[in-house]
Amino acid sequence: MQLDILMIEDEPNIAEAVRFILSREGWQVDLHPDGAGGIEAIQKRRPRLVILDLMLPNRSGAEILCDLRAANDADLAATPVLMLTARGEAAQAGAQADAVLTKPFDNEDLRAMVRRMLA
Amino acid sequence: MNERGGPHVLTGTRIRERRLALSRRQADVARSVGISPAYLNLIEHNRRPVGQDLITRLAEELDVPPDELSEGREEVRIAALREAAVHPVGSNAAAELEQVSEFLARFPGWAALLIAHARRGGGLERQLVDLSDRMTQDPYLLTTLHEVLSAVTSVRSTAAILVEEGEISADWRQRFHANLHQDSRRLSLTAQALVTYLDSFEAEGTAATPQEEVEAWLTSDEGRAGDVGALASDVARAMATDLQRGLTDDRSALPDDVLGDALLHPQAGDPVQLAARLGRPLDLVLRRLADLRPAGFEGAGLLICDGSGVLTLRRAAAGFPLPRPGDSCALWPLYHALAVPQVALERMVVTPEGRLFRTLSFATRSQPDGLAGPLLTRAVMLLLPAEGPVPPDALPIGPACRICPRAACPARREPSILVSQAAEGPRGQNPRPTAL
Repeated sequence: MQLDILMIEDEPNIAEAVRFILSREGWQVDLHPDGAGGIEAIQKRRPRLVILDLMLPNRSGAEILCDLRAANDADLAATPVLMLTARGEAAQAGAQADAVLTKPFDNEDLRAMVRRMLA
Repeated sequence: MNERGGPHVLTGTRIRERRLALSRRQADVARSVGISPAYLNLIEHNRRPVGQDLITRLAEELDVPPDELSEGREEVRIAALREAAVHPVGSNAAAELEQVSEFLARFPGWAALLIAHARRGGGLERQLVDLSDRMTQDPYLLTTLHEVLSAVTSVRSTAAILVEEGEISADWRQRFHANLHQDSRRLSLTAQALVTYLDSFEAEGTAATPQEEVEAWLTSDEGRAGDVGALASDVARAMATDLQRGLTDDRSALPDDVLGDALLHPQAGDPVQLAARLGRPLDLVLRRLADLRPAGFEGAGLLICDGSGVLTLRRAAAGFPLPRPGDSCALWPLYHALAVPQVALERMVVTPEGRLFRTLSFATRSQPDGLAGPLLTRAVMLLLPAEGPVPPDALPIGPACRICPRAACPARREPSILVSQAAEGPRGQNPRPTAL
């Protein structure tokens, strides 16, 4: 069964809160806690949606997104990505992401955005 | 009138303007200073040069300080007035540039005031730019703000879960309460650190320390042109002058063409062999490589410290996060070199962000005051950005303890503001409740 959401986020408490919120909606959510290995995790899990933090250790969310969009596998390259950013970084993040959510965010906004992207 | 045609031109005009301002007759002044009225007339019309002795006598006779009439000072003032006139101040006023020397001669006090105001304005503008750069590029500030934002995001989402999500199992509720407690502590500590740091801006009274000012200057057009006058503070100008003197000495001791020729050798990538081939000290070769940044050494940075470990020169390598002056990481190989003078150390280092650098460090000892004088040690470290996978023996380093996330670092001397990992241990490591 295909994974619904892969979240790449190094802040464990944020990741935990997001997973809790989205899991309650019935979606299966997996976490990857580091920029390193992020693209490999996406390739391996093939999620329907990636939630990607911009500021990650070792490899930034923007770099992971570039790698993803440059993938030879067209289906993989087209994986929808929701980018989590600080307000000032939204422009940088938004270029290749399908949607951007600025931190701190309202849980209901997160839920609505994911619902829309997975519809 | 051509005020750029030669120094004497301006001096003559000033003598004439000053004499007329005092309503003195040309013949009387000429007689008093021991020259003929005809000769003074030629001087005043800028058709004869004026020697320093005569300037001194004329200045005394016309009751002004000699340097008010001296040529170099006048040139400098003309240049300063021109600069003040062309500086954009947001008004449509256009100064009469063709009359600048006349203005200076007739109204020296107003001219001095205008120059002082323009310089003050320029200094404040530079300070504002420095402050703005610091707010947007300072790694400490950026890291701290990121911490604040992360903690706030976690608190908001977690609190909303507890309030809005309805029934939650006791395990999860306890879990989220613990997370809230952890994040609120983290938030308060980070906020305190931020306030203390921002207070330091005010305490310093300037946007940057002199060392930071010089570092920014080094990478600017003014710095590349060696224009020390572009620096705002006296201390920064003195530091930059010393630095320039050192660079000039180094360039004389190892000229660009000599270094360039030696770099054509197949083993030029090894600075120890390079130094041996050149017959020059290794520390000089490392400094020159960082200065010249030839092929194979692009993006090179340089750190120099004295025997106390204080960094006396910091030229950032591309991607190497330098902390604020006075702060550093004890694991930098530069400090290892201090303990083993005259031994070249090569070490790959990796930053917390995963950036890899090749470092070459070397320390020297000297006794500039002879046998009876103190023994001085100095270490230099060349930093070269490296590509590829991080080798297993790469040394994990950081920028400085306060902004370093390496919790288990044996060299840690103070807690990190990244308290989540450094002071409290990793978060989110407890077993997660299963039922939602």
